[in-house]
Amino acid sequence: MDTGIVGGAAAGLSLGQLAAGMGLVVVIGLVVVAASLILWLIAMYNGLVRRRIDVDNAYSQVDVQLKRRHDLIPNLVETVKGYAGHERGTLEAVISARTRAVQAGSGSIGERAEAEGFLTQALGRLFAVAEAYPQLKANTNFASLQEELASTENRIGFSRQHYNDTVAKYEESRQSFPANIVAGAFNFDGREYFRLEQSAEREVPKVSFS
Amino acid sequence: MSRAAGEAGSVSAREPGRPRPGPGGVVPDAEMRERIKAYPGSLTFQDLIRKNRRDSAALMVVMVVLAVAIGGVIASAIVVYAGGAPDMETLLPSIALGCAAALVAAILGTLWSWYGGASAILMMSGAREVQKPSDPQLFNVVEEVAIAAGLPMPRVYLIDDTAMNAFATGRDPRHGAVAITRGLREKLTRDELQGVMAHEMAHIRHLDIRFAMLMATMVGLIVFACDAFLRVAWYSGRRGGRRSGGKGGGGAVAVLLIVALVLAVVAPLVARIIQMAYSRQREYLADAGAVELTRNPLGLASALQKLAGDEEPLVDTANRGTAHMYIVNPLRKMRESHQSISSVFLSHPPVKERVARLLALAR
Repeated sequence: MDTGIVGGAAAGLSLGQLAAGMGLVVVIGLVVVAASLILWLIAMYNGLVRRRIDVDNAYSQVDVQLKRRHDLIPNLVETVKGYAGHERGTLEAVISARTRAVQAGSGSIGERAEAEGFLTQALGRLFAVAEAYPQLKANTNFASLQEELASTENRIGFSRQHYNDTVAKYEESRQSFPANIVAGAFNFDGREYFRLEQSAEREVPKVSFS
Repeated sequence: MSRAAGEAGSVSAREPGRPRPGPGGVVPDAEMRERIKAYPGSLTFQDLIRKNRRDSAALMVVMVVLAVAIGGVIASAIVVYAGGAPDMETLLPSIALGCAAALVAAILGTLWSWYGGASAILMMSGAREVQKPSDPQLFNVVEEVAIAAGLPMPRVYLIDDTAMNAFATGRDPRHGAVAITRGLREKLTRDELQGVMAHEMAHIRHLDIRFAMLMATMVGLIVFACDAFLRVAWYSGRRGGRRSGGKGGGGAVAVLLIVALVLAVVAPLVARIIQMAYSRQREYLADAGAVELTRNPLGLASALQKLAGDEEPLVDTANRGTAHMYIVNPLRKMRESHQSISSVFLSHPPVKERVARLLALAR
């Protein structure tokens, strides 16, 4: 009404027109709020998807490294046999632990962790036995296998560490409010940590040099 | 089999980031024990990374503001020298233009270093790429830390020099490369090598190389602009200048000119100091990041102590422009043992302080 307040552009505006204009503002405001809410939900959903993909990628890296260890073992067993063939018990323990670990590959994470733990133990005994054979230790093939296996142990450890980190991030965003509503609605299921606590590796006696 | 694997595996979800103390070859002396005590007992590498991120972000903001301010002041001063713009109001457009020009120059310089930087640096350092058969252990160690970081395997380079040093380059993890001198490669144990490579991998992971290049470009721009301005001021001052005419608004313009001159002298120094402060923060951050990857602070700490004992500078292959990339400063006069200049101009923090932070994590 009083054009002085609204300014020159709104001069001659009736009360009805003004109300209609305000109604339009309210409608636009609601649309903006709804749109940003939807965008926010989309961002949350995409964030969860990204983290879940990270977890699955990290798990496949663990898988690659475990396979790498499985593939190295037949070669190692053959090399050791040539110098210490009568250590049959130790060698057979490694072979059967490897077979078990390969079979557990299709099982749950807990089963895999346990089978891999047994394999680590058996390998540890094999390398302890190898200490008694100077000729074996001098073999260049054995030395390079030892380096490859040491590296593979590290890779398994590191890939598992990375996997557990991605699981922690995924679980944090999956379980925290309000993302947990989105996660529940779209069936973002939980992921399991690759824990050594479930495996036999925990019972390995600590070797002390002091 | 390997201690690092056992430690890496033993991290539980409930207590992330707290590394276990393990047996190591590092024995802290009395001075070191005092430095270690300065850090809180609950210190984790995440705390260090957070602290370093905050500091680095603050430094970067200061740098951009400085560049833009210099652009504005210098542009207006040049207009005054040219004889135009007698008062502040007519100067404003040229100030804005100067600021905009500084921003544009910063963006162009960044693009240039983005695409050409890494390969130029590798070529300058005389590094040659090596493949796995020539050094399986080095490759294994690099791949291990790459797996720990969840990043692709970087290319590996060897520098044929008996001096002990290492560096990383590449604008992002996909273009990453690590280089190590033969001298360092030969003197490190497997655990120490792992610590050094984890430090380099942390530089790649934190995008430090990208940031350092950006920073170097900005410093270069600031130095260039100030230098050009000072030359112009010097010559026009000697010629008596056209500015001495008694035009209006002289007081404000005179103040502006003095500010511009002071800024042109001080800014390059400030820029260099900020760049080096930033570089030191990045080194701490990479040390913390290395521990995050290996969960074994002692490997890197022990390697750093070996590096600190090395007196041989990297002649020919390193200069002030590339010094910030190395794990310890490659220039002899920049080492704390030969300190002839103030610590604010150093690209690396003192090795003692770095070792102290690492040992504080290993308590």
